[in-house]
Amino acid sequence: MVHTRPPKTTSRRLGQALLEHGAFLLVFSLGLGLMAWHITTRLKVVPVFMLPSPGRVLARAAQAVLDGTLLINGLVTLGEVLSGLALGVLAATTLGYLLAKSRPVERLLTPYVVASQSIPVVAIAPLLVIWFGPGLFSKVLICALIVFFPVLINTIVGMRTVPDELRELMRSLRATRWQTFTLLEVPAALPVFLGGLRVGATLSVIGAVVGEFVGAKYGLGFLVNIGRGLYDTPLVFVAVFTLIAMAMTLYGIVVLLEYLLLGWQRRPERISRTDEE
Amino acid sequence: MLPSSPVIITHRLSAVFPDRNGGLQALDDLSFTVWPEEFVCVLGPSGCGKSTLLRALAGLLPPTGGEILYRGERLNGPADGIGFVFQRANLMPWRSVIENITLPLELAGLPHWEALARALAMVKLVGLEGFERALPRDLSGGMAQRVAIGRALVHDPALLLLDEPFGSLDALTRERMGAELLRIWQANRKTVLMVTHSISEALLLADRVLVLSPRPGKLRLDLRVTLPRPRDDDIRYTEAFGALARQLKGAIG
Ligand SMILES: Nc1ncnc2c1ncn2[C@@H]1O[C@H](COP(=O)(O)OP(=O)(O)O)[C@@H](O)[C@H]1O
Ligand SMILES: [Mg+2]
Repeated sequence: MVHTRPPKTTSRRLGQALLEHGAFLLVFSLGLGLMAWHITTRLKVVPVFMLPSPGRVLARAAQAVLDGTLLINGLVTLGEVLSGLALGVLAATTLGYLLAKSRPVERLLTPYVVASQSIPVVAIAPLLVIWFGPGLFSKVLICALIVFFPVLINTIVGMRTVPDELRELMRSLRATRWQTFTLLEVPAALPVFLGGLRVGATLSVIGAVVGEFVGAKYGLGFLVNIGRGLYDTPLVFVAVFTLIAMAMTLYGIVVLLEYLLLGWQRRPERISRTDEE
Repeated sequence: MLPSSPVIITHRLSAVFPDRNGGLQALDDLSFTVWPEEFVCVLGPSGCGKSTLLRALAGLLPPTGGEILYRGERLNGPADGIGFVFQRANLMPWRSVIENITLPLELAGLPHWEALARALAMVKLVGLEGFERALPRDLSGGMAQRVAIGRALVHDPALLLLDEPFGSLDALTRERMGAELLRIWQANRKTVLMVTHSISEALLLADRVLVLSPRPGKLRLDLRVTLPRPRDDDIRYTEAFGALARQLKGAIG
């Protein structure tokens, strides 16, 4: 029996049209926002030191690029974000895996895990800077802490989605622990895990900024602070926009990873079901 | 192993699951023998311990009493040369048809090209040519169960255990799959132990039918199916078939 459906080309064209439509909408809404911003500054409803015009922000951005401030501070923040993300993800996945695998470990560590969730990272950031100095390390630690929990939870939940029947299959085929890990647990837990990573990636940027606010000599958060102190509002805008771009790029990378790794979940296109001739 | 020595001997097998009131007995004092190349069906009311029996035979569940001899040796843990087909196809959704079938060979460490060649032969055997690259979500229930059968056979096991493999399929598909399983069994001379809850399915397929009692599962009847092969559909309407069916029905109660 063959189910009839619209030919593939039609649906593909439709998808493409929607995509173009989506891209168009995005450009349109961004343009509208910029326009509104520009007009607001033109009408002088808000003092210019509070809301500089898009043009001034752009000029300030060009200056910051040319004199290297944006590059140096951007790289510092990016380094903190990536190191913190790596550290947090490493710790969270390792612990999450152990918690999901072993009842005793779960019993032993759950109180600490729950406690770690209720730590207001923003509030203890000053403490971490006092303990570990105003250098990179305290920032990396703050990022890692903020990333830790969502990734941990999603690792555990992801591990719980591994079907028992597939575990039995692996066992009946005498798979080793390592084979079960790489061929069953990782791919089965990946969708939920990547969901956690998506949240973690954006939180990491927040962590770095929080750390830099408390005390730093470099970084985009530091630039925001400086800009505020000097009433260099355009600089604050430049730093904030760079941070947004950074968070969005990280988010986009995880979405891309999901796209590449989870193709089996997507696949709207169906093969015609020919059951028994 | 001598060709005439049994594939499976269970001796006073029992299985108890721990629960609040002193344990739930799923199997009790179960003794039977399965010979090479036999097709044995297991019948019994639901919850009587059929799946438990199969899991014990696959080495997935250590029996709480008695023992299982597999090819003359005491079974402890999953043994080599057993293929297991679950009630639901139990495929890995991220693997294509061909990748699901190669899994047992991959786990055994076979070179990729060899695994692929053997899996392709299986695809042909279960009639899924053209669907090698399809994902499980794109398959119908019958097709998915074919993949599962291909996966269970790809490492050329001596013993095939099937737990209500066609239970979730519609009647028509179910009949065709049964016929196909028969064809595969005849072509490959495997020993097959299949759980089913259909009397006519058991009589169409099996050399022998074991009937288990309601929980705890004890052996109620060990019936030799004397019907000649090949058995086509019309055999259902014969006297002999009817007599055997009545006997099974009586035993199931
Ligand atoms: N892992 C388990 N833990 C506890 N009880 C179980 C477990 N597996 C099966 N049982 C119980 O054992 C009995 C037999 O189950 P099962 O072998 O699945 O029956 P069947 O396959 O014949 O329907 C049922 O009452 C079931 O609830
Ligand atoms: Mg069952």
